[in-house]
Amino acid sequence: IMADDKDVLRDVWFGRIPTCFTLNQDEVTEREAEAYYLLLPRVSYLTLVTDKVKKHFLKVMRAEDVEEMWFEYEGTPLKWHYPIGVLFDLHASNSVLPWSITVHFKNFPDRDLLHCPSSSVIEAHFMSSIKEADALKHKSQVVNDMQKKDHKQLWMGLQNDKFDQFWAMNRKLMEYPTEEGGFRYIPFRIYQAMTGNDRPFIQKLFRPVSPEGNAYTLGDLLKEMYPAAITNDGEQKRYQVVIHGIEPLLETPLQWLSEHLSHPDNFLHICVVPTPSD
Amino acid sequence: MPVSLLWAVDVYGRVYGLSTVGQQWDQCRDAQMEFKRVTAAQECCWGIACDNNIYLNVHASDLSIRYQEETYENQRWNPVDGFSERLLPSDRWQWSDVTGLQHQPLDSFQLPSSSWEWEGDWYVDENFEGEPTEKGGWTYAIDFPATYTKDKKWNSCVRRRRWLRYRRYKAMDTWAKIPSQHTTLPDPFSDISCGGWEISEEPRGRLSLWAVSLQGKVWFREGIYHQNPEGASWEEVLLPGEVVQISCGPADLVWAVLWEGQLIVREGISRDCPKGASWAIVESPSSDVGATHVAVGNNVVWVVTKDNKVWFRRGVNSHNPCGSGWISMVGEMIMINVGQNDQVWAISSEDRAVYFRQGVTSSELSGKTWKAITVPRDRDRSQSSASANSLQSAGCFFCGEVRAPSVASDAESDLEKGSADGPGCLVTSTSPDTFVDAPSDPPADTPKPRIPKVTSDSFISELVSDRESGKTSRDVGKATPTVLEEDTISHEGDAKAPCAGVALSPSQSGGPLDTQWSNVDLEEAQSQQAQTGAVLDSADTCSLSSVATYTLAMEDPYGGDEHPLWAWVSGGGCSVDSHSQLSWFNSVNTASLVQSVQSMSLSVSPAQTAAWRKQIFEQLSERTRREIDNFKHYEQAIEQSVWVKKGSMQWWRDWKPHKWIDVHFALEQFSGPEGNKDGILFIYYNYYEEKKYLHAFINEVTILVPVLNDSKHTFAIYTPERTKQRWPIRLAAATELEMHDWLALLSVSCCDSRGIQGPPSKQAIWSITCKGDIFVSEPSPGLEAVPYPTPCDQMFWRQVGGHLRIVECNSVGIVWGIGFDQTAWIYTGGYGGGLFQGLASSTDNIYTQTDVKSVYIYENQRWNPVTGYTNRGLPTDRYMWSDASGLHECTRANTKPPSPQWTWVSEWAIDYSVSGGTDREGWQYAADFPASYHGYKTMKDFVRRRRWARKCKLTTTGPWQEVPPIALSDVTILPCAAQSTVDMVPVWAISNKGDVLCRLGVTALTPAGSSWLHVGTDQPFKSISIGAASQVWAIARDGSAFYRGSVSPQNPAGDCWYHIPSPAKQKLKQVSVGRTSVFTVDENGNLWYRQGVTPSYPQGSSWEHVSNNVRKVSVGPLDQVWIIADKVQGSHSLSCGTVCHRLAVQPMQPKGQSWDYGIGGGWDHITVRGNSVEPPHIRLPSLADMSTLSPRSLLEVRNTEVDSGTSGC
Repeated sequence: IMADDKDVLRDVWFGRIPTCFTLNQDEVTEREAEAYYLLLPRVSYLTLVTDKVKKHFLKVMRAEDVEEMWFEYEGTPLKWHYPIGVLFDLHASNSVLPWSITVHFKNFPDRDLLHCPSSSVIEAHFMSSIKEADALKHKSQVVNDMQKKDHKQLWMGLQNDKFDQFWAMNRKLMEYPTEEGGFRYIPFRIYQAMTGNDRPFIQKLFRPVSPEGNAYTLGDLLKEMYPAAITNDGEQKRYQVVIHGIEPLLETPLQWLSEHLSHPDNFLHICVVPTPSD
Repeated sequence: MPVSLLWAVDVYGRVYGLSTVGQQWDQCRDAQMEFKRVTAAQECCWGIACDNNIYLNVHASDLSIRYQEETYENQRWNPVDGFSERLLPSDRWQWSDVTGLQHQPLDSFQLPSSSWEWEGDWYVDENFEGEPTEKGGWTYAIDFPATYTKDKKWNSCVRRRRWLRYRRYKAMDTWAKIPSQHTTLPDPFSDISCGGWEISEEPRGRLSLWAVSLQGKVWFREGIYHQNPEGASWEEVLLPGEVVQISCGPADLVWAVLWEGQLIVREGISRDCPKGASWAIVESPSSDVGATHVAVGNNVVWVVTKDNKVWFRRGVNSHNPCGSGWISMVGEMIMINVGQNDQVWAISSEDRAVYFRQGVTSSELSGKTWKAITVPRDRDRSQSSASANSLQSAGCFFCGEVRAPSVASDAESDLEKGSADGPGCLVTSTSPDTFVDAPSDPPADTPKPRIPKVTSDSFISELVSDRESGKTSRDVGKATPTVLEEDTISHEGDAKAPCAGVALSPSQSGGPLDTQWSNVDLEEAQSQQAQTGAVLDSADTCSLSSVATYTLAMEDPYGGDEHPLWAWVSGGGCSVDSHSQLSWFNSVNTASLVQSVQSMSLSVSPAQTAAWRKQIFEQLSERTRREIDNFKHYEQAIEQSVWVKKGSMQWWRDWKPHKWIDVHFALEQFSGPEGNKDGILFIYYNYYEEKKYLHAFINEVTILVPVLNDSKHTFAIYTPERTKQRWPIRLAAATELEMHDWLALLSVSCCDSRGIQGPPSKQAIWSITCKGDIFVSEPSPGLEAVPYPTPCDQMFWRQVGGHLRIVECNSVGIVWGIGFDQTAWIYTGGYGGGLFQGLASSTDNIYTQTDVKSVYIYENQRWNPVTGYTNRGLPTDRYMWSDASGLHECTRANTKPPSPQWTWVSEWAIDYSVSGGTDREGWQYAADFPASYHGYKTMKDFVRRRRWARKCKLTTTGPWQEVPPIALSDVTILPCAAQSTVDMVPVWAISNKGDVLCRLGVTALTPAGSSWLHVGTDQPFKSISIGAASQVWAIARDGSAFYRGSVSPQNPAGDCWYHIPSPAKQKLKQVSVGRTSVFTVDENGNLWYRQGVTPSYPQGSSWEHVSNNVRKVSVGPLDQVWIIADKVQGSHSLSCGTVCHRLAVQPMQPKGQSWDYGIGGGWDHITVRGNSVEPPHIRLPSLADMSTLSPRSLLEVRNTEVDSGTSGC
């Protein structure tokens, strides 16, 4: 039987990355710290779902040796304000599972990472993303029409991994007038796995439908924003275009992607990573 | 909405059709010659061709048009010859009509035209009043004319028999000439208009056809109906002047335009007199400019005057066909046509495009804005891409949307909001890009095409506020004061509001300066047109009528023929309303817009099978395997917790006096021990100052039933306990929206707690409430177990969107439904819709569904010796306006539609189709209230009543797609499993006229099948059912049963009917056939089992009574028997319309023993014909157990509990 588009939403929401957390070698411990294994939700944020990790390692450490916890993968500090799935796809998509993350409790890399003293900071970040996305999609009309408790429901849905609770509200953000064929602009961000990080991501205005009424595709977007990501005929494939760990075909309509493969923050996060050479 | 056609004629006389789901005009290839005018109804289209003859194009339908000719053979007995053709001189003809007055030998019957063919030869009707006669179909009587019987008696002196012969209309989907009359008409026709199909439903397919001759005379075509599509003859209608054009609406409106420019209105049109009685004159809207064209609908009249101005007549309705005043509308048109639902099309005088009036609703009959239909013609599609391109750019002048600037421009200059927010604006775009791209566009210095435009204040101010004031203010100031038609209508004020249009050419950001605001003066545009005017017509006679037609601008700004030039449009057959989603307005490739395209066929749409979608599904599964499946033993990062939702509601309290009280309502959801979700709902209330609460576990809730009425938004919650009590938890939300939110949430919660997700299974049991709500239940494996089935009250029902009266299914997942308006629907495989939006609904298979039903009230009168019948009754009498019971007052003014979901779509009208018959004014007479009524007055009658009907319509969504075009009253599907998905599945149905139909091409993959095969009967039928071995049983309208012989996969329609008498003194009304069992229900609510049915004698031998108080029966593929029972007593209350299950049905005991009671009341229909899952084999108790526990005692427990119910009340 043909799968329903609704199943895509569930698959996206319930995407998990098996992760092995190990304590950084340089941390001072009272006894040896065992690795900690966890299934991380792809759509959530590192600092939101790692209370258990923190608790686990604090057991072997002295309180005075503990500063703000941060994470690193193969030398790259992991930005908590990117969705977990984006971090994985960007930095580790072709590595062996489980994803091996190193946990640090000192030497916080202020130049690379934002501090995250509490979950209210994550909430503020998450809600501002949703508002930004709705500004692009509906001139903020939908999000402004929501009540405070509706906003809370979105956040609580993410925080507690309540798909129904979240989508009961989020579907309003995904509506659009049928005659227009899509949102005003597609909220998207294109990340590139470059070193240096001087250009964190590409975000510009892009409509889902051409003036002639044609639906734009993922390929159209990349052609405009990141032509190098497109493999031309006869060329060796240099880049993978990854969303939620999969590589959608370039002819996939952008509006559909925005409705089905956006993160809970309502942005379509697209990772362009070099094709592994093996 | 069914798929239907908009018809149009271009200026070259070519006829085109545009489907409501189409995206191009398809030329009617069959037309051998050019046409001048067309006028369409749903089933056919009439036209005047250039040879001035009238042609008829009847749309092919699955149901053939058959006309039954009959004649009687009469004989008299004499002692020498016995019965012979030798009659007395005073007798009737030997061959005559039924009255005996008309001489009718067999060879006197001729085909009426070359469009007909004989189906076979004459044959004798062997049946008489539903029963077979002895021999040769003879019926006997004492003398002519007398009462005939089928039995010959000693005093039978005469006999007669009926001969039948069918002729079939063969000219389907082709233009067939209407034979000219013997008395040749004086001159050729110049205009034609059909309508009137809503005046009366009898005879079926009746149409009024009005025609105008070149000399200005008006003719009415008599005798058009389904079986006689060509009609009988032309009758001249006397006139006060010379008519140039006429328009006939779907109901009783007929207007015509006189040569001098006034309008005449036909008065006195009614069911008895569709031709009307007299004319009234209405002056032209404009004192100095005469009317040239009129178009009428149900309750609207649109007029075009000689200056191409458009006028709307307000205050028009059945009681006042002349209306009360004119309102000037925006737009310049040469002709206008009003179709179904008062929807309006017009042809612009400027560009000859067909425009559709958007936003026409029953509350806003004048609509909002003109929108050009921009789809190409089929011919255009095949042309080179260059011309297709230019076509698109031509189209975009009228596409009604402001073009967006280039894709990645800044957000501030976004103009789209205007078209989204304004009440529909028509604005031209002169995007410089478009000009560059399109080779055929005029160079920049040619004058811009002038098109009448509509806009609104809000939109102007929006645009103005977006721009620098200096550049725009002078232009805006120059614009003539714009009076918006919206305002004019709402004020219903001045009869003639000035009409002006403003053309907006919003400049692009960074665009050239010459695309600034411009102000088009309509008069200027007109004079320009007058200069370029020229007549183009192939037939010279047409010039005679040119006053009512057009002058064609030869100089076409869009490059000759690229842009179709239309001459005439007819929407009479086009079934659209303001909700219809039409893809007529954007000729570009909309197929790629997944959301907006809804394929009308049931096959999977291309978007669903698209490679990109497949790729995503596959990769997501692959991702799950890679990232999750091997790591299931890992701990989850987020622990599940409790989630609570609270609200305020009203509760129908359990104790007396029952009333609504305010309560707090909370739903707590949490994860159960095995990870399954569960919840509890709480109702907190005060009981004598004491705070108390009531709760129900979500996993015990068996059904949520919305109960909409006009005063409260309520719903009922049942658990097994509450079902036994017949007393649900009834709650009322403050608003409809809140009720929907709660129902959706509770429903998802209930389904989650039971692990139910997605569409119903093939085995599902479907049921329908009397309100038309659809519920479905997944049968547990033990549901049909013997002797311990799952109790009925534990069945969990969930709602499926849509609105139906009947649903039937089988075990391969084919589900058919029939609406209250008898439309046939096929289940699409989706779930949700209706009030289940978002997550509780599938996205792909949900479609708009409409249904129409009538609300009836009664006008009651009592006779008194002085004044005759009056509406002054006795003090003890019923209300003079009441419901059927007479207990409730129901006046025409205060009777509302059944719930807020329904809206009125017609006026109150007298209903003549009441059982018992009526007189000419619809009255039924009786000796006193309440009594049995008859359709004629006798000396003993002192009271009379008549029924008034008003139609209301509901629009909802659900997983249903229409199976046009035949309306059905019953349907049945072979219940057992097909071997493969391509095996043909027999589906039989009864049309709303009682025809028996057999659906061809039905398989699990194509559940809608392909076409109907008509199965001949000698009388109308009302119920049908096919059993697992292809045994077809049917019930005729006279209440007798029929068995269809020799039905097999090779011979799907069988060969003949076997009459089976009904149980003594009972008229059967419904039949259901399972694997072998045959059950029927009669009109008095008795359930009968057919005894003695064997493979060699499938008709069986006798009827055995099973139960009373039965409304409907459904027998499944296991021979399981389920009914809707009329009265079931619970511990707290009695319920009517309850689902019941027959217990202890076994092969040797097919009648079963007793009833188990399920959900109710208010249920009206159930089908268990999908459930073919054999119950698990139950190991019978060993002998040792048997000795301690007699099986009889087990059954007794059930029996005592049960028998008091169905039969007890």
